[in-house]
Amino acid sequence: MSRGVLATEKRGMRELGAEEHVGWDEVTQGTLLPSFEKEVDAAHVRPEERPYSDFNSYTATVASWRVIKPVYNRDICIDCQNCWVWCPDTSIVSRDKQMLGIDYDHCKGCGVCVEVCPTNPKSLLMFGESEETEAALAKWPEKKKKAK
Amino acid sequence: MAITSIKNLKEFSTANERFEGAHLLCPGCAHSMIVRELMNCTDDNLVIASNTGCLEVSTAVYPYTSWDTSWIHIGFENAATAASGAEAMYKARKRKGTLKDPDAPVKFVAFGGDGSTYDIGFQWLSGAVERGHDFTYICLDNENYANTGGQRSSASPIGANTTTAQAGRFSYGKKEKKKDMVAIMAAHGAPYVAQLAPNKWKIMAKGFQKALETEGPCFINTVSACTTEWKFDPKDTIHVTDLATDTLMFPIYEIIDGHELNILYRPKNIIPVEEYLASQGRYKHLFKPENKHVIERIQKDIDAKWEYLQRREEARV
Repeated sequence: MSRGVLATEKRGMRELGAEEHVGWDEVTQGTLLPSFEKEVDAAHVRPEERPYSDFNSYTATVASWRVIKPVYNRDICIDCQNCWVWCPDTSIVSRDKQMLGIDYDHCKGCGVCVEVCPTNPKSLLMFGESEETEAALAKWPEKKKKAK
Repeated sequence: MAITSIKNLKEFSTANERFEGAHLLCPGCAHSMIVRELMNCTDDNLVIASNTGCLEVSTAVYPYTSWDTSWIHIGFENAATAASGAEAMYKARKRKGTLKDPDAPVKFVAFGGDGSTYDIGFQWLSGAVERGHDFTYICLDNENYANTGGQRSSASPIGANTTTAQAGRFSYGKKEKKKDMVAIMAAHGAPYVAQLAPNKWKIMAKGFQKALETEGPCFINTVSACTTEWKFDPKDTIHVTDLATDTLMFPIYEIIDGHELNILYRPKNIIPVEEYLASQGRYKHLFKPENKHVIERIQKDIDAKWEYLQRREEARV
């Protein structure tokens, strides 16, 4: 399955718990688990350009939590960014005021983005996890007429 | 202070995220919406302290961290203490000239759940605010100890079913009223105290920026809908929060310098509280005929509180 937009090699590269590490009771005092491999001013660097270390949860994935997934339809989207501001999992990728798509490594499939989408029909809809994106887009509902 | 523009959502969305995904908060949890928004509304360096709670256990799962900033966790009760200590140290080192980059703006923020703010960390928070450290304390109020299985806290509202105040044949859930933490913190004379909600993102972001800019201890109580313990569908987080603010269960207001009260959001149509209660499983028992008086009492309390807030706003005292 696609890992979503702007996926780097490091993003979501392993399941939680699949990493190799010494047990927490073997860690010596003063051990450091930094977020980045070298110092970086994260407020001014795009996520895909940051030197993430293996201890940042950016490198883990929670994709296996999902049973349903949001699918994004670029044709209807108006870039209002409602989904971006309310996504609890930092999984809506927006760059330069444009919504690019979904980060499927970190999305847990809660469905908040679909609920807050204001377009008609919605530009984000929930589909089964096994559904292919093209098949989902082909099934997109027509515009609903207002009941008079 | 360098501020991210929050004029509209499009501009706000150009912020660089500093809170990473793959934390273990439940799907649809409002905690991460609030934390993300705080970290996006500024590009200053942040020093964040967390109390024990959902946020702490889910964002620092060994060997991972979800924070791209400095982050401290000590104990259940002392995020306020940790933040004030870090702030005092920062000031001292600035005075002595031993900082590597003395001009870099730094903001100190503490996060706590309602358990660690209203109950366990209350005296520590009170102490830190009394000492007047320059930090912002944000309470993520989900009205119970969600991390340990939904026990009652002093933030749980009357009538809520929690695991230690259970609704059943002889009880309608919690019998005591919610503690008014915002008023308590305002009584400390804190320069900025507010109650905000994530569904009104702009009001919340403005409040956060104001708190970060204000020198001195600021306290913000935020409504954090809990899908697991309030028992609603994860996708409805924003809908439930909308109901909370529109029924005035959680009025959105700020208190400046302990006396100047401003109501930040007035719902166009005030919804009866039944709708808010019906949206959540924890209030299911209130709709039995024998518990009708509890709903009436909740509505009465809400009306009284709204009346009080409006009068306070008018009186400016």
